[in-house]
Amino acid sequence: MSTSPESGRERPATGATGSRVTSHEPRLLVATGVRKAFGSVEANRNASLEVARGEIHALVGENGAGKSTLMRILAGLHAPDDGRVELDGRDVTGWSTRQAIDAGVGMVHQHFMLVPTLTVAENLVLGREPRRGARLDRAAARAEVETLGTRTGLVVAPDRLVSDLSVGEAQRVEVLKVLWRGARLLILDEPTAVLSPPEVKDLWGVLRRLTAEGSTVVLITHKLDEVMEISDTVTVMRAGETVGRIATRDASPAAIARMMVGREVRLATDRPEAGGSGPQDEPSHDSRAMSRAALDVKALVVASGRGDDAVRGVSFAIPPGEVFGIAGVEGNGQSELVEAIAGLRRVSSGTIHLGARDITSLGMRERGDAGLSHIPEDRHRRGLVLDYAIADNLILGRQHHFTRRGVLDRGAIAANAATQVAGFDIRPPDPRLPAAALSGGNQQKVVIAREMGREFPVLLACQPTRGVDVGAIEFIHARIRAAAAAGRAVLLVSADLVEVLALADRVAVMYDGRFVTVLPRAQASAAVLGPYMTGLAGRGATTP
Amino acid sequence: MSRSVPGSFAVAWLAPLIALLIAAVVGDILILSFGQSPGDVYRLLLEGTWGNAYGLGQVLYKATTLTFTGLAVALGLRAGLFNIGAEGQLAAGGFAAALAGLAVPATTPAFLAVPLCVVAAAMGGGIVGAVPGALKARFGASEVIVTIMLNFVVLALLNWLVAARLHVGESLHTPPINAGAVPRLADLAPAFHGSAANTTIVLAILTAAAVGWYLFRTRAGYDLRATGLQPDAAEYGGIRVGAVRFRALTLAGALAGLGGVNYVLGYKHYYEEGFASGSGFLGIAVALVGRNHPAGVPIAALLFATISQGGLAVNAIVPKQMVEVLTAVVIIAVAVTVPEVQRLAAAGRRVA
Amino acid sequence: MRRLLAVMVALLAVHTALLFVRPSQATPAFEGEGLDVGVVFDVGGRGDKSFNDGAFLGAERAIRELGARVRYIEPGEGTDREAGLRLLAAEGMDLVIGVGFIFSDDLAQLSREYPDVRFAGIDYAPPVDAAGNMIPPPANLAALRFREEQGSFLVGALAALVGDSKKLGFIGGMDFPLIHKFEAGFRAGVQAVCADCQVIAQYAGVTPEAFRNPGRGQELALSQYQSGVNVIFHASGSTGLGVFEAARRRGKLAIGVDSDQQAEAPGFILTSMVKRVDEAVFSAVQSVRDGTFQGGIFQLGLAEQGVDYVYDDHNRALIPDSVRARVEALRAEIVAGRITVPFTR
Repeated sequence: MSTSPESGRERPATGATGSRVTSHEPRLLVATGVRKAFGSVEANRNASLEVARGEIHALVGENGAGKSTLMRILAGLHAPDDGRVELDGRDVTGWSTRQAIDAGVGMVHQHFMLVPTLTVAENLVLGREPRRGARLDRAAARAEVETLGTRTGLVVAPDRLVSDLSVGEAQRVEVLKVLWRGARLLILDEPTAVLSPPEVKDLWGVLRRLTAEGSTVVLITHKLDEVMEISDTVTVMRAGETVGRIATRDASPAAIARMMVGREVRLATDRPEAGGSGPQDEPSHDSRAMSRAALDVKALVVASGRGDDAVRGVSFAIPPGEVFGIAGVEGNGQSELVEAIAGLRRVSSGTIHLGARDITSLGMRERGDAGLSHIPEDRHRRGLVLDYAIADNLILGRQHHFTRRGVLDRGAIAANAATQVAGFDIRPPDPRLPAAALSGGNQQKVVIAREMGREFPVLLACQPTRGVDVGAIEFIHARIRAAAAAGRAVLLVSADLVEVLALADRVAVMYDGRFVTVLPRAQASAAVLGPYMTGLAGRGATTP
Repeated sequence: MSRSVPGSFAVAWLAPLIALLIAAVVGDILILSFGQSPGDVYRLLLEGTWGNAYGLGQVLYKATTLTFTGLAVALGLRAGLFNIGAEGQLAAGGFAAALAGLAVPATTPAFLAVPLCVVAAAMGGGIVGAVPGALKARFGASEVIVTIMLNFVVLALLNWLVAARLHVGESLHTPPINAGAVPRLADLAPAFHGSAANTTIVLAILTAAAVGWYLFRTRAGYDLRATGLQPDAAEYGGIRVGAVRFRALTLAGALAGLGGVNYVLGYKHYYEEGFASGSGFLGIAVALVGRNHPAGVPIAALLFATISQGGLAVNAIVPKQMVEVLTAVVIIAVAVTVPEVQRLAAAGRRVA
Repeated sequence: MRRLLAVMVALLAVHTALLFVRPSQATPAFEGEGLDVGVVFDVGGRGDKSFNDGAFLGAERAIRELGARVRYIEPGEGTDREAGLRLLAAEGMDLVIGVGFIFSDDLAQLSREYPDVRFAGIDYAPPVDAAGNMIPPPANLAALRFREEQGSFLVGALAALVGDSKKLGFIGGMDFPLIHKFEAGFRAGVQAVCADCQVIAQYAGVTPEAFRNPGRGQELALSQYQSGVNVIFHASGSTGLGVFEAARRRGKLAIGVDSDQQAEAPGFILTSMVKRVDEAVFSAVQSVRDGTFQGGIFQLGLAEQGVDYVYDDHNRALIPDSVRARVEALRAEIVAGRITVPFTR
């Protein structure tokens, strides 16, 4: 990560885009010139932040821009190497988490820090338990949860075990916990990543209520629609630096995206409408289904590895030229479904056909040779060998095609790398660099190049743009569209509903291991799909 | 090779150099604490090792065994497996070589007997390595625990075989082999007279080169390294992770087993209980200091062989324990310094 | 990068400076005329409170009484045995001693390579050639072997006389010829004073590990005491510590081996069959000084005071005078050659 791939990009002067905020509100929090390095990686180098009392302040930036680091410094988890942090005009640089909590700064982390075997009330008071003698005063703890719940709108039954809660409910407990400790400044790190649309709505309601009561919220996110919807002010970070601070009412998503990336980008939502060659001008869904399906999955059941089934009888067929999207809150069987099709997970029952060929029991390598490409959901774990050179990563899964009598054909590998690096604009364009040295977006381009830079009738694209900067998202979306236009069948799985709606011709919603609905894109929208994603609608629906 | 970041070449050499200097300074202090002069001790140490052909021969002999055990550990680590069983694999290899040498008639020509014994050594070690390999691949059993425990089993079994069945007279060794002995270096260059160094060293160098070729030039090596770095990515890449692990531990065992050739075919011409005790474990240090690289391992083996033989040379004025401490200091210094130096060098590049 | 180079230069400077530090008590190099003796211990041998330490005591005595200059070497691994001997031989030592039967092959080899250097091997076992024939030692190699069976004979008689039981116990370490000598002598000694007595002989194992297994020793000893044995003679290295522990727990007697082991379990050690390694080393050095050194195999028995049993203030109370007299009479018979003690089972 230390070798920055930014060199090819233009960087606008700080604050050049959007109007500077000249707020009259008193500043609650001011951080200036913050620098923080971890080993050779400089996570923050000139980060600053000004938060006014009572506002909802969005902190945006690409993955690795340094947002979380800055917030962890504010919450006392890290001490900055340089710079100054002030709260209410008091210098609090380098304080401890305990001091931060005492001063009313609370952070809700991306990963929950709850004890699953304790109840909501017990988790809430953990560490500062109300006691009666030497024993935990359960009644008091329960009352605390209820009072706080009614006041803020964060309603959770105090006696339920955390392990029984949904993700959205668990997050509420996290927020409650921070509030119960007297937080006046709440920091939320990507809170909506795990929430369904209705849950997001609820969260916004809570945040508005809290600010109305005088609390202040800092929201870390990279979803621009959320910024526009909920925040009062936006601070944009790029490569460890704060590059702008604007009032949301003066901003547009395009302007913010430009600040995040440093150049013009086309967003996923800007779908080319009624163009000459868009996929929607292909023959209609019904007539296409008549032709032979490129990928045909029938009654697939996949075990979760935890004693039950993660995929409980899913059937679908994707004809050539179609992007079939699967939406849903993560953890409803999408990953297992894709892994089973890809060959990474055993199928309990059901069949998978690639064209006319039954691939249900083939190995990974045979499926790849049969024409199945797969962009895995986690490139750091699966998609790349991070310590391998780009060139070597570009043959992963196809190494047997670059071998002569057991010996790697270095010439062919280098030629392949040169083609792919150029064709997919991988930067820096040095195929000898380890994949670990690339930015998230360029790492994903390596995966995409490998999987799409060859002949493939079917593509499984799983979270293809997760943790990727806006510029790369644009690139990847264009590639997927082009692949469909060229007659490839694409199975797209994404937690990002906007992405699914932007790319898919048909959208299925997966809930609890089943497809609860399958709709043509024309009929799908966040409003329509939301209830399905939370399981409120479509229970027991059969898949077409 | 694996991480060819520009400029890392200098770092690759600088880091071990600094580690050695740290170890040298710690050694100075240790020697002073024993009331001796560091200058005298180091001079004696160098004179007794690289200072004459005999000492050099001893260093080369020890380095030969350590190269094999170091490669055995390094190959395992490249596949993400910690092979602590080199000790038992080495003994099994030596025993198998001796058995082969005893089984053939004395009239067997060397061009038949030597390869036969060498293959037997590789197979002996390979079988011992295959056991944890199979348990890892099939049941996911921790190779660390299995290889450690197997050391005890193998050594006890071999000791029993020798003590109860194969020893001659009041000794704890087998009869000498009938055929398969390889020439000593002294037979080719008389200056080496008396030293145990023998032509097995050629086998060691060729083996290191072969391991390098295997790891970095073959598809099997590509698969092995991918498995070691990221098993999930390897699986995604169509690599049968279990099979690769089995193969890696079996090969590692065979490499360690080849180390037995050095003693049995090259030096004593019989298998003796505990003939190379400690060489298997020292192989871990050799692999660590040699950065798990087939080119680094022989160099690290030379280093530890020098310390070992030099320790004997200075034993008259400093106790043996000092050498043991010094060995540990080298290991720790390298383990700590290498990542630290890389960090500093990387930071330097950013600023520059 | 510059910082790294600075670190390197600093380390180098410190190291170079330290190289020239010379503490006042530093050992000067060997020079001038004198009696130079080298001793090579076995791997991990030093500090065994028995065999290797016995050799050390003898050498230290030679330094005090004969003015010898002694260099010790402790090998780190098997290969270092030969290397250690060779290192000393190459320096032209007057006498080089290898401590332990494991040095036999190396001593045989080196004594031929260095005909001007005298060698001595404690417990030297003559190597055999490919056909299985013994190879006699050359003229510059003294093989110092002990008649353990003779000392064992006396402690066997002693055990039978004070044991107050028809059953006597023997616990060996590794089941192999060297230890069979102890058992054979012990049996013969028991039979000599008590024809209908029975010896229960057990071994801790068949590998060298059997000499380092106190747990096994205790287990064997407890079961022997349980079956009516009152005295156990052990020849099992540190495995014997378990035998002593069992004696202490059962309130029975044990007999030590190699060196006087009474301190290991005071009050429960009847005696120890001592092997005078110190004496052998000292005499070897003395013979070199006196110019009387001879090669060949030397069997050190009761007559040569190479083996003996301990009788002193610590165990006088355990051994009645009549018993003492009887055992001493047996000693005289052996020394006079009227009793031949067997050394194999």
